[in-house]
Amino acid sequence: MKIHEYQAKQILNKFDVQIPQGEVTDSASIARDIAEKIGPKVVLKAQIHAGGRGKGGGIKLVGTPEEAEKIAQEMIGMTLVTHQTGPEGKLVKRILVEEALDIARELYIGIVIDRAKEAPVVMASSEGGVEIEKVAAEIPELIFKEYVNPAFGFLPFQARSLAFKLGLEGDSFKQGVKFIMRLYEAFKSTDASLAEINPLLVTEQGNVFALDAKMNFDDNALLRHPDIKEMRDLDEEDPLEAEASKFNLNYIKLDGNVGCMVNGAGLAMATMDIIMHSGGMPANFLDVGGGVSEESVKNAFRILVSDKDVKAALINIFGGIVRCDLVANGIVKAAKELSLDIPMVVRLEGTNAEQGKKILEGSGLSFFPAETMKEAAEKIVPLAKQ
Amino acid sequence: MSIIIDEKTRVVVQGITGGEGTFHTQKMQEYGTAVVAGVTPGKGGTTHLDVPVYNSVADAVKKEGANASVIFVPAYFAADAIMEAADAGVKCVVCITEGIPTFDMIKAKFFLKEKDCYLIGPNTPGIISPGKCKIGIMPGHIHTPGTIGIISRSGTLTYEAVDQVSKLEYGQSTAVGIGGDPIVGLKFIELLKLFKEDKDTEAVILIGEIGGTAEEEAAVYIKEEFPKPVVSFIAGQTAPPGRRMGHAGAIIAGGKGTAKEKMKALEDAGVYVAKSPAEIGQKVKEALS
Repeated sequence: MKIHEYQAKQILNKFDVQIPQGEVTDSASIARDIAEKIGPKVVLKAQIHAGGRGKGGGIKLVGTPEEAEKIAQEMIGMTLVTHQTGPEGKLVKRILVEEALDIARELYIGIVIDRAKEAPVVMASSEGGVEIEKVAAEIPELIFKEYVNPAFGFLPFQARSLAFKLGLEGDSFKQGVKFIMRLYEAFKSTDASLAEINPLLVTEQGNVFALDAKMNFDDNALLRHPDIKEMRDLDEEDPLEAEASKFNLNYIKLDGNVGCMVNGAGLAMATMDIIMHSGGMPANFLDVGGGVSEESVKNAFRILVSDKDVKAALINIFGGIVRCDLVANGIVKAAKELSLDIPMVVRLEGTNAEQGKKILEGSGLSFFPAETMKEAAEKIVPLAKQ
Repeated sequence: MSIIIDEKTRVVVQGITGGEGTFHTQKMQEYGTAVVAGVTPGKGGTTHLDVPVYNSVADAVKKEGANASVIFVPAYFAADAIMEAADAGVKCVVCITEGIPTFDMIKAKFFLKEKDCYLIGPNTPGIISPGKCKIGIMPGHIHTPGTIGIISRSGTLTYEAVDQVSKLEYGQSTAVGIGGDPIVGLKFIELLKLFKEDKDTEAVILIGEIGGTAEEEAAVYIKEEFPKPVVSFIAGQTAPPGRRMGHAGAIIAGGKGTAKEKMKALEDAGVYVAKSPAEIGQKVKEALS
């Protein structure tokens, strides 16, 4: 799960990670009040989930409270387009008003889970303020790493080692070590999957601040963090994807026009792939999961056809524990209740596949049966092009 | 022959009295798996599905000689169940549970380093040596005893591969789902090593998907040390970057973990890579001809 910058900073503040003074608001006049309190010079930062906000006009330095109000007026309600939002952009609902700090150095600190090492890794780089993937690809020797021992946690000597490598000295060094230790504590305590401070700011006076903050969380651990779960902003998600998640369906919208409904994530991806190999493009990823019921088939269908780009639907079910006859009943019911009028190819294999096929044939429903995945894909692609 | 499990395997089911545990224990019993005990803390001394229930895995090992366990406990307790089984001396733990927090799994895997125990999963359909033993939730009837080993990160896609292989009358020595999570127990290389030593496995199918680097690591091992033919399919050639495709581990992060990279690494290692999932069976035929 992703959250906004201001929310990440609220969490960091709780863990005593130093952040700039600031407040979030959805009102231009309140932005002015905040500027009067912490300014007069402040930075206005549009709160959307995507990165690259600065280049898109979503981060502005202003000199007076009056100017803060004027710029906030423009920013709130604007559609911000960055390289991460796609051409349609994102609506800015809130802005973060922060004190403007002078910048001596911009560094980078990031924490993620390293899958191969099966441990968290704390990364630091002197090249902050730019995209870290770029640094990793071009000058990997400028990224320093410390792996966390799962039994002992992240240790002070590791934080010191990183702070030295970043070239921090004196009081900045002390602040840096504390910053990295506390940041790891925030990461671990919230079951985060990413904590990224880019840039980590060192001011002329040598103070260390999280100028930007990005945190993602392990979806599987959200139940033990109700406060973080509440930070989810459904407006930042695709409406169909948000709707699907209510029914525990894994749905991801894509650019093609062949809708697909599959049981199992691997088979769902493979079905998308075979559609491409047959000359079409999938409109979505949709895994109805292991415990398919008539109800979940119906919900899945509803979401599938809500996407206006979908011209035909491919249903691929390999019954294991799931019985194909149950799925067939669900398909018939959903098709009738939703009065589906797009062409449909259905492939049922595995447990009770024969019974399932009989149910579909006897239903009066118009659909094209297929015996194999290949046949299903080859049938659906021309249908979607009609 | 087969790997890890066979007719001598004695299974304890952790979470046997729950809904999932009950349903799949029955299915395993029908398949012929020797389910010798169940564990539900607080229900020790009772029986369930004609199987004695104990309070701990240690008791099940001591009293019934269980040497493998299968876990159907809820996600927040599953990592603890894995560690309990490993500590009790079970040699193989199959964790079916989906949705275990990553930090819990990091801890469990670290705990397992000191133990003589194979972990399969979590978020897996399990492991089956057809005709001998099934530990998991896969449909037994699509499998046939044979000479093809299967290692997969997926569930239903594995059934698809099994089905294609069975229809070509090859059959499987052992089919293992390694799980769809970012942190899992046995991975491709450990299992390839076991298949290498298994006399009756002629060829191996490796089903991967986007995310992580397990397939690339396997490719290096195959190139240098694995003598038998390997067929592979990687799911997610059309998956967009940065999106989690159903499995917690199936995500292209920072441009890394694409299907293209994995397929290239495997092809370079001499693996027969199926571009389409429909070609898996055909590729096995090609590899063995």
